Amino acid sequence: MRIAVLVKYVPDISSDRRFADGRVVRDPAEGSLNELDENAVEAALRLVEQLPEDQRAASEVVALTVAPPPGDLALRKAYQMGVDRAVRVTDDALAGSDYFGTTTALAAAVRRLEAEAPVDLVVTGMAALDGLGSVVPALLAAELGRPGLTFAKTVKLDVAAGALTITREVDDAAETLRAPLPAVLSVADTANTPRLPNFRLIMAARTKPIEEWTAADLGVDPAAVGAAGARSRTLRAAPRPPRGEVELVVDKGEGGKALADFLIRNDLV
Amino acid sequence: MSRRTALVLLDPAAEVRPAALELITLGRSLGRVDVVTLEAPSVEALAQLGAHGVEVVHQAELVGAAGAPGSRHLATVVAAVLAAAVRRTDADVVLVPAGFAAKEAAAVAAHALGAGLVVDASHVAWADEGLVVTKRVFAGTWETASVVTTDPAVVTVRANAVVAEAAAEPSHPEVEALPVEPEAPAVTVVRRETAERAAGRPTLEEAAVVVAGGRGTGGDFGPVNDLADALGAAVGASRDAVFEGWHDRYIGQTGVTVAPRLYVGAGISGAPHHRGGMQAAQVIVAVNSDPEAPIFEISDFAVVGDLADVLPQAAAAIRAHKAAAAEA
Ligand SMILES: Cc1cc2nc3c(=O)[nH]c(=O)nc-3n(C[C@H](O)[C@H](O)[C@H](O)COP(=O)(O)OP(=O)(O)OC[C@H]3O[C@@H](n4cnc5c(N)ncnc54)[C@H](O)[C@@H]3O)c2cc1C
Ligand SMILES: Nc1ncnc2c1ncn2[C@@H]1O[C@H](COP(=O)(O)O)[C@@H](O)[C@H]1O
Repeated sequence: MRIAVLVKYVPDISSDRRFADGRVVRDPAEGSLNELDENAVEAALRLVEQLPEDQRAASEVVALTVAPPPGDLALRKAYQMGVDRAVRVTDDALAGSDYFGTTTALAAAVRRLEAEAPVDLVVTGMAALDGLGSVVPALLAAELGRPGLTFAKTVKLDVAAGALTITREVDDAAETLRAPLPAVLSVADTANTPRLPNFRLIMAARTKPIEEWTAADLGVDPAAVGAAGARSRTLRAAPRPPRGEVELVVDKGEGGKALADFLIRNDLV
Repeated sequence: MSRRTALVLLDPAAEVRPAALELITLGRSLGRVDVVTLEAPSVEALAQLGAHGVEVVHQAELVGAAGAPGSRHLATVVAAVLAAAVRRTDADVVLVPAGFAAKEAAAVAAHALGAGLVVDASHVAWADEGLVVTKRVFAGTWETASVVTTDPAVVTVRANAVVAEAAAEPSHPEVEALPVEPEAPAVTVVRRETAERAAGRPTLEEAAVVVAGGRGTGGDFGPVNDLADALGAAVGASRDAVFEGWHDRYIGQTGVTVAPRLYVGAGISGAPHHRGGMQAAQVIVAVNSDPEAPIFEISDFAVVGDLADVLPQAAAAIRAHKAAAAEA
């Protein structure tokens, strides 16, 4: 079983996130692996770990990111969790990519892995916490012409049939979906609890190799990606005005009435 | 310049949800409005669409394997319908409601059409540069405006972004069949169940008022439900409360995004993950026993106290106020 797991490096959710020149500021000191991609790495590792011994030995989990060099932080974290290999796609031509540019680059990298040996599954997180798009997995499935099983809460692999069955809860529907491999799978934050890396893996992750691929290596047309190929362009980005001071009431027996008064006063009931 | 066309995804079509009327209202500010459905609109739905100025209803007729029950909800199938409707109407902008499934369908349709995509918009308008889409990001702390450089543009719009208004001139929408033959879906829908909506309560993502409970409820959502009933609000929760099994749906970055007129959070600390799904609320009220609770930083009004005391008292006062107002 060969799995590509897609990981993104994003500004830490509790840091002071901001824009400059219409782009998200990605300060390596305030960035981390997108938490939801930890669920993806965990899901990929578990799928391999549950295989029979002989198939397990022949398996490979490759962490893949499209990012400038600080993206290595995400890949190192994936190494700490236990992936076998890490690839970063970096190219000036990719700067300013929209969802479609990112998908084009990711798909090209998956195809390049595929040229070495079949890739049975691409596993992703349910959203990148910077943009909260939740669209790259479905786009990647469309681009690669593979079935997309997204927002999985449980994942069951049927090795003999070469098929994957997931359950998911999306909006107000609960579904069970099934598709043959090769496929694209995105896992929800409810799918698992990501493992904590052990000391040995943390030490080893420091020196493990990271392969770097360029757009040219992947045969990606520079005009189709990055700012040049983007179908939307940021005009303005500005912090929203802070809310006014909070009106704080300490409950001494009348707190509920004060709350009701506030709502009535502001025409909210 | 000839009049532009906005195409709105109406799903379901048996009953028109408030969010759909908001999209149609927004669509009218952009051009003539057509809707596309995956099922027959009911008589009531057609009347509402007419009151809101919809010109044509394109009702998809799925041909082939995609027509199987359950399959029509797949992102690839909805996307094929959207793309077909755009090709027929030559729409300049496609408006799709927020929600994970609709977002995927919008993205895959944009992929097929070579169109630009903006998700979770709070405002959409034509400008000299083209279609300008505004949205809130980073848990509502920043606002961005971007221009979509393709025609058509595909935009998903969050609930409560605009106030739904009937059209000045009602229309008499025609229903036209739209045959669509998507590729046979590679994904099989083994089972699909939709959650029963709590009777008498609005849906969480569309509600104008939301009351949410967290770990601080200790598992008793009684006071939360009580206040929600008094306010006619939807009930939500923090992720921790849902993981405990105390409620079914949570608000936040990985849960439901809400942008109501009023959000009341009780026994919720206000973690960044939770804020990401509610900070766009117009008015934020918090009840928390901890005077240092982080949710107070983003609140307009807050009570430091035990929610088990505060919420029922507030609910009773609101009921009394409503009863008095009804008598007057
Ligand atoms: C990848 C990831 C994604 C996540 N996504 C989400 C998400 O989408 N939505 C979400 O909500 N969370 C999400 N979380 C979890 C989030 O980080 C917080 O853990 C969670 O929001 C906390 O829930 P809480 O506020 O109910 O609990 P707590 O943080 O434990 O807060 C409980 C609060 O209740 C107060 N309290 C206690 N007793 C009372 C009382 N009697 N009366 C009044 N107040 C009382 C306490 O003072 C405290 O402030 C996510 C976490 C991760 C890792
Ligand atoms: N630049 C990227 N590099 C690697 N993976 C990505 C990238 N962008 C998105 N992804 C993957 O796609 C998922 C959803 O991203 P998004 O659609 O941007 O919210 C993430 O959780 C990642 O697994």
